[in-house]
Amino acid sequence: MTGVLPWYVAGPLIGLVVPLLLIVGGKVFGLSSNLRHLCAAVPLPSSLKPGFLRYDWARTGRWNLVFALGILLGGALASVVFGEPNAGAQISEATQSDLAALGLRDFSGLAPSQLFSMKSLVSPVGAVFVVLGGFFVGFGARYAGGCTSGHAISGLAALQMPSLVAVVGFFAGGLLVTHLLYPILLPVILR
Amino acid sequence: MTIITKDAPDFECIDVEQVPLAQQAPALEASNTGLALLAYLLIGVALGMLFVLSEVVSWYRIQEMFRFQSVHMYGIIGSAVVVAAASLQLIKRFDVRTLHGERIVVSPKQWGSSSLRGARYWLGGTIFGVGWGLIGACPGPMFALVGSGMGVMLAGIVAAMAGTWVYALVQHRLPH
Repeated sequence: MTGVLPWYVAGPLIGLVVPLLLIVGGKVFGLSSNLRHLCAAVPLPSSLKPGFLRYDWARTGRWNLVFALGILLGGALASVVFGEPNAGAQISEATQSDLAALGLRDFSGLAPSQLFSMKSLVSPVGAVFVVLGGFFVGFGARYAGGCTSGHAISGLAALQMPSLVAVVGFFAGGLLVTHLLYPILLPVILR
Repeated sequence: MTIITKDAPDFECIDVEQVPLAQQAPALEASNTGLALLAYLLIGVALGMLFVLSEVVSWYRIQEMFRFQSVHMYGIIGSAVVVAAASLQLIKRFDVRTLHGERIVVSPKQWGSSSLRGARYWLGGTIFGVGWGLIGACPGPMFALVGSGMGVMLAGIVAAMAGTWVYALVQHRLPH
């Protein structure tokens, strides 16, 4: 893969997903609901599940789970056909030097292997980035009632004030981690 | 058939869509037919490819965004919102129907009943943002990353499911 798909090509095409889903079946673009559907699909006796996870997920969630499966297959197809993007080498030099200053040495692939690998998963590094990060994404998305697709794209496109508030929150959280937590955390764990 | 059980509060959204059940029911039946599911699958495949080729699934790109060092992510989210918003206006103006002839209704997101106005949005949003900053991927890209061969993201999805589960356990005690 040489070069990244430019934003002015990718962005509008991603935006078209919103009317496509509406026209196919009146569906609103939002992917984090799938995390709830997956929880609801866990084969446990319903007495062990909170009410929020007791519903007919196969009826309400099937379309979205199939949609997510498509995204997974699309990710596989893109990687097989075009090769895994070398995102780390293509980001701005400013970001590269900022991250290098924090101790990041490996800029290959879509995510640094120093932080994201099966090996890191059983270390404190993996616990923070994958497990804690994933946990907050799941908890926060359901609490806020949507994620980047549901609030930042669908919600903002429908001019929803609650979504704007949620998106401000998304950025507040991300800026907090990037500018306050990373300067302390990364030099320690990447040493 | 009820989808929400009785102990879920009234203001709780049915889905991220917050679509009232009455409006969802007919569309639900139609959406579970083979052909409709194939359409959702194919739209997903296209989106997954776009996610990877534009690198929005990349932790590096998320860092670049939170450091304001490139227009890339802002351009993608911004132009996606503009195209989606224009589409919604056209759908409204020309009363475009679904393939099954139903009226297209996007329900407004509800402010909750908490005295902390909009608490679920700014508090939940900030918690989500902390996770986004760490793992460098939101739920959609997580699926695309698993597909592109980043096996460790499966653990990220399981962790996100755990977060969803804990939310389900404590939601009654949180301000919405």
